[in-house]
Amino acid sequence: MKNLYTLKKYFIQYRSKIIAGLIFIFISNLASVYVPILIKDAINDLSSGINQKVLINYSLLIVGTTIFSGIFRYLIRQTIIVVSRLVEFDLRQDFWAHIQRLPLRFFQNNSTGNIMAHATNDISAVRMFVGPAIMYAIDTGTRFLIVVTIMMMISWKVTLISLIPLPFLSYLVYYIGKKIHVRFTKIQEKFSDLTTKAQENFSGIRVIKSYVAEEREINEFMGLSREYLQRNMNLVKLQALFQPILFLITGMSIILAIWFGGIEVINKSLKLGDITALVLYLGILIWPMIAFGWVVNIIQQAEASMKRLNKIFHEKYEIDDSDLTEHNVKSIKGDIEFRNVSFRFEENLPWVLKDVNLKIRSGETLAMMGRTGSGKTAFINLIPRFYDVTEGEVLIDGKNVKSIPLNVLRRSMGVVPQEAFLFSDSIMNNISYGSGPVSREAAEEKSRIAQFHKDVESFPKGYETIVGERGITLSGGQKQRAALTRALMTEPSILILDDSFSAVDTHTEEEILKGLKEYMKERTSILVSHRVSTVKDADKIIVIDKGRIAEEGTHEELLRLDGIYADIYSKQLLEEEIEQI
Amino acid sequence: MSTENKDDEILGKAYDSRLMKRLLGFVKPYKKYVFLAIFLNIVVAALGPFRPYLTKIAIDDYIFKQDFDGLFLITALLFGSLVFQSMIQYVLTYATQFLGQKTILDLRKKLFEHTQKLAVSFYDKTPIGRTVTRVTNDVESLNELFSSGIIMVFSDIFIILWILGFMFFIDWRLSLVTLSVLPLLIYGTFLFRKKVRETYRDVRLYLARLNSYMQEHVTGMHIVQLFGKEKEELKSFAKINGDHRDSNVRSIFYYAIFFPAVELISALAVALIVWYGGGEVIQSSISLGVLFAFIQYTEMFFRPIRDLSDKYNIMQTAMASSERIFKLLDDDTFIKNPDNPVPLNQVQGKVEFKDVSFSYNQEDYVLKNISFSINPGETVAIVGATGAGKTSIINILTRFYDIQKGTIKLDGHDIRQLDKRELRKKIAVVLQDVFLFFGTIRSNIGMNNPEITEEKIIESAKFVGADRFIQELPLKYDEPVKERGATLSVGQKQLISFARALSHNPQILILDEATSSVDTETEKMIQDAIEKLLKGRTAIVIAHRLSTIQKADKILVMHKGEIKESGTHQELLQQRGLYYRLYQLQYKDQEVVTPN
Repeated sequence: MKNLYTLKKYFIQYRSKIIAGLIFIFISNLASVYVPILIKDAINDLSSGINQKVLINYSLLIVGTTIFSGIFRYLIRQTIIVVSRLVEFDLRQDFWAHIQRLPLRFFQNNSTGNIMAHATNDISAVRMFVGPAIMYAIDTGTRFLIVVTIMMMISWKVTLISLIPLPFLSYLVYYIGKKIHVRFTKIQEKFSDLTTKAQENFSGIRVIKSYVAEEREINEFMGLSREYLQRNMNLVKLQALFQPILFLITGMSIILAIWFGGIEVINKSLKLGDITALVLYLGILIWPMIAFGWVVNIIQQAEASMKRLNKIFHEKYEIDDSDLTEHNVKSIKGDIEFRNVSFRFEENLPWVLKDVNLKIRSGETLAMMGRTGSGKTAFINLIPRFYDVTEGEVLIDGKNVKSIPLNVLRRSMGVVPQEAFLFSDSIMNNISYGSGPVSREAAEEKSRIAQFHKDVESFPKGYETIVGERGITLSGGQKQRAALTRALMTEPSILILDDSFSAVDTHTEEEILKGLKEYMKERTSILVSHRVSTVKDADKIIVIDKGRIAEEGTHEELLRLDGIYADIYSKQLLEEEIEQI
Repeated sequence: MSTENKDDEILGKAYDSRLMKRLLGFVKPYKKYVFLAIFLNIVVAALGPFRPYLTKIAIDDYIFKQDFDGLFLITALLFGSLVFQSMIQYVLTYATQFLGQKTILDLRKKLFEHTQKLAVSFYDKTPIGRTVTRVTNDVESLNELFSSGIIMVFSDIFIILWILGFMFFIDWRLSLVTLSVLPLLIYGTFLFRKKVRETYRDVRLYLARLNSYMQEHVTGMHIVQLFGKEKEELKSFAKINGDHRDSNVRSIFYYAIFFPAVELISALAVALIVWYGGGEVIQSSISLGVLFAFIQYTEMFFRPIRDLSDKYNIMQTAMASSERIFKLLDDDTFIKNPDNPVPLNQVQGKVEFKDVSFSYNQEDYVLKNISFSINPGETVAIVGATGAGKTSIINILTRFYDIQKGTIKLDGHDIRQLDKRELRKKIAVVLQDVFLFFGTIRSNIGMNNPEITEEKIIESAKFVGADRFIQELPLKYDEPVKERGATLSVGQKQLISFARALSHNPQILILDEATSSVDTETEKMIQDAIEKLLKGRTAIVIAHRLSTIQKADKILVMHKGEIKESGTHQELLQQRGLYYRLYQLQYKDQEVVTPN
């Protein structure tokens, strides 16, 4: 239960509604148990002979009492269950606020599916505890007490005897429920095997077809399907017990009441109406008994879910404002310096960057080349503090980046990452994502620079076109140009293009670079590219190799050096030649 | 993607006779179980209402007449009927679930067999996730229809009929009075279902939105953080999260009204029984036992009516799923096998391409008028820049796709006249991106083919030089391969795929050489292995290694879907054409690394 203690603050927040709900439960239960008493009295009166008028009174009282209790039943759901939805909302909101601040590392170590499972399934499980579990626990608890008290008043002997089977019911619901949960998990495991198998088969369909392995694949898939069926039937064996046991135990209670009650009536120590009332009360008690076992299971599941959620809530922000932060820093000019920077993802992993020293003055353009995995992206990720350096420091305007408020730091740079990511929203909203709402003219101006405007014009809905899952699919090159527009719109002091033109053809790329020249004049820019044509005009070019700066200088200087850069250059010249054939 | 969403969000009608007919076709083999279930249902349905009748007898005939023995007897009878009902109920549940499971197993089999017949082009244009959902989740959602849906509808109807029977048998006037609240109950239930369905649709919609928002923003969290939009996004999230909350709160309202309303209707029925029935008791036209039985019947009556409307949802989901399943089953993207294939026993290995043109979409031709031939045992190397159409040659020779113009012949037979399975058995394809399956090293080499013996697997592995590293693995050939071979190096995966090809002893080999760089030692092993593989086989190599190209009997230089030059290494170098320049660009350096 210690994990669920986390929910305390939510309970306190909604305490008035919860307390009201509890009071409603009590009132409603008091009223609803009155109905069997009315029936009992009616039948007892009938046995002793009464007139029709009294009967009408009884009937009206039965209906009236039910209406009264019904109103409170309505209010119970409107308080307690509604609170559970409110808590669910708050919990999910807090969860989201928390993960938004977690570092990139967290998202690389946890799959999206995994995070989603926490945000949906685990929060749902916790809500079941806050709402239904608490409602039924208290509802059935109070009802049980009230009903048993009344039954004892009618006949304690018959009551005790007929109640004997009911605790077994609770226990069995709990016990079977638990076992069902285990078997159910087993089913889910098989189902996930089945899904994995199908996924693997469809992904590897070429290999399967070329080795003519279809039949063996079908057999394997069906083998899993049969195991899945077997596990399902294992569950069915238990589940099928559920209803019969329910019937048997509740039925036994009623039979015991009729038998022993009947004897009492024959002995004249009880009246017939009393037995009727006892039987009706037993009917009322069945549900609390079932609910009790059920509630225990829900609480256990909620506890497990809350444990998983707490684990995420305890994840450290790592990269965040701290005591070092100078909150008076409101903007950035754009001098960047790497001072003895080394970086690795974790302690035991190899260095990704080692002893990097570099200075870029505000307004300059730096170009970066290097093979895949040489450390270019890691280099770039250190500037907006997606990661913090392991050794050394990154300085902007002469200040350690850790002392610049994170929001100021990130908002002053426009980064276009390798893989362009767009939200499934309109193009307009996507490109103005960082800048906030802007005029159409401003948006067009920037998308012209990015050579994106013409593409947008060709869509029927222009800038209002929805992209992604819910709309049209953009090509890789279009996505990259949209992402570039988005970065340009923020008017950043530092513009970083991390191999952002890989899916754009050479001609368009040249056009973009031409347009960018003017734009980059006042800004510090970092360009990562594989193409010499992209980097050759930069103020400074560096070649990164195995985490170190291998070559540094202008285009001409590097050609003279006749190293990696010169080699790449000559190869690309040849490539261009072949293209032209 | 957009069609996928639409496909998956359809919640159409709850009954479609065309779909139902096809679905029932799957139940047919299990008719016995259906009849057994229906029969048991009739019995179970009768036993429930039978007990209040027994109680009535207990009260009127024994308790009032002070008959202890009779009371004991009737209690025993009550108990007996209870045990009997429980047992039948167990068998019934088991039988119906078994029926459901068996039916969906068959359906799943049929569906999966179908997917295995579908052409590669189907998989190239359909997201894999969608096909996976069809054979898993969609089939699953039919389980409920088969196991409880159809049969439980009978059950509910039988229960209602039996209760009516008993009630009218005991006292028809009191029955009519009790039943007078029924229209109210039915109307209320259906009104409630309608409203709940509407809110349920809202809840589903908002939940889907919430999920896709989270999915998208978890994936794009780096963008959110990069632009420092956490505050704004938290607000957007609050809006979506709030819509979800509100739609749920709206549905709470209907439940909050419904449950008390049912209790009220039931109380109304009891009140009527007390008032009218009580009057009859005073006039001694009915007994107290009857009154007692009727009060119990009202309780019993309400559940099946409520349940009946529940079945509506099951049907609706099932219909939507079966619609999607049948759409996949009706997809006929097949590569046609000839009706009377030319038998193919001993293959010499002569391959001819004659004026072959091919496009994936009937418009943009990726191969244009390709003609070449390979004599048995020869190696042809195909070189060219990316996008020249090299991989398409693999696709058409194995008949993953069919060509539009020209002919491809194997030993003089048009490959379209051969059984495609026989054809593929003769050809081994080794792709650069090695696909390893979940299993062991052994199963990945032998592909679980029973014709490939243990010795053959080890022999092949030894031959290509894979045996050495396999022996170093803790479990050797039984070493599990997880997550597509994430624990193996690129070079090791290559060697496994060579062993795989070799163990199947193909007459023709198509090799797409890997471009990825590996360490020098592995590089040497791979080169040796390739050399051994090519010996004595007709081979088409999409070559990236100079050593492979130099040893080829013929080199085809492809450019933009056409063969621009062909000849041997020396001949082509002398031409000083495209190959010469490609050689300068891509292969020259390799000479330094691996001197030949």
